[in-house]
Amino acid sequence: MILRKLLPLPGLSLVLLLIWLLLQNTAAPGHLLLGTILAIVIPRWCADFWPRQLAVRRVGVMVAFLATVLWDIVVANVSVARILLSPAPRLRPGFFELPVSVTNQVALVLLANTISLTPGTVAARLSADRSRLLVHCLDMDDEATLITQIKNRYERPLKEIFE
Amino acid sequence: MLSEILVSLFLLLGAAFALIGAIGLASLPDFFTRLHGPTKATTLGVGGMLVASIIHFTGQGRVTVHEVLIITFLFITAPVSAHLLIRAALHLGMRKSAYKATEGESGNGH
Amino acid sequence: MMLETSITIALAIISLAMVLGLWRLWRGPTLPDRVMALDKLYINAAALLILLGISFDSDLYFEVALLIAIIGFISTAAVCKYIMRGDIIE
Repeated sequence: MILRKLLPLPGLSLVLLLIWLLLQNTAAPGHLLLGTILAIVIPRWCADFWPRQLAVRRVGVMVAFLATVLWDIVVANVSVARILLSPAPRLRPGFFELPVSVTNQVALVLLANTISLTPGTVAARLSADRSRLLVHCLDMDDEATLITQIKNRYERPLKEIFE
Repeated sequence: MLSEILVSLFLLLGAAFALIGAIGLASLPDFFTRLHGPTKATTLGVGGMLVASIIHFTGQGRVTVHEVLIITFLFITAPVSAHLLIRAALHLGMRKSAYKATEGESGNGH
Repeated sequence: MMLETSITIALAIISLAMVLGLWRLWRGPTLPDRVMALDKLYINAAALLILLGISFDSDLYFEVALLIAIIGFISTAAVCKYIMRGDIIE
């Protein structure tokens, strides 16, 4: 219980300590101490207006998801590069609407950011009831396959992680 | 020697992606297609440079990982700024003008 | 030697990318196009600084690159907000 009082937001405290050490680019004891003090004090100051702690249910899925996204960023960048460098780029740009079924806000933000980071698609606008995401696509082949691809590859793991 | 090769590889790869992003920015036909180049290829390009920087300084015996901060920051903010840009464009009503060639509408993008 | 050559090539490539970005900034044709060009220019400026840091073997450039990345993102966000709302702080 005392630990809970000392560290109301353990995740934030850990991130703050890490950022401090990275900014100083050292793990010397002095900075470790100073970073720990900051990591304890800052969350206590702002714990009241911080949204409730976010629960990562399945860390393994999270790591696998991050690896998939990083790999997809590299692969898709190469494919976009190939499109751009070909002498006569054949583009079929267009908008399509992606039905969204995640409800958790963090998961939704991560889904939109993932869509934006993987080349070929940019998330444009979320409908007011959070059920459809307008996405712009650089080279749209087939809307239906693209939607199922996004749903299977990104939305399902996010649902598993946060819901 | 090995670190030198790795650093050169990542530097040139990063620079190449940055250039590809710039080519996309300069040559694609309308705003929405142009948005794809800079936001992603450029981010990956800077990522390559930062990895090169990490390898370079660590290879000299000074363990350096603070470049991770910039990489993380860019990978978090790049999709957000892309999203803000596309929303600003939609707000200005540029979606119609992007389609005027196919639909025969004469929308004014600005 | 090899590293110096590749740094020079990378510097040239990044500079070329920045020139292309400047061209888009000048041409427009719309406001979001120009904001996007600026967005690209600041990311490339950060890349340029990191390159210089490797080339001069100095740690100091890291802070500058980090600050440029932060300020660039905030200014892009502020300008987009301004386009959408006509106001930055609501």
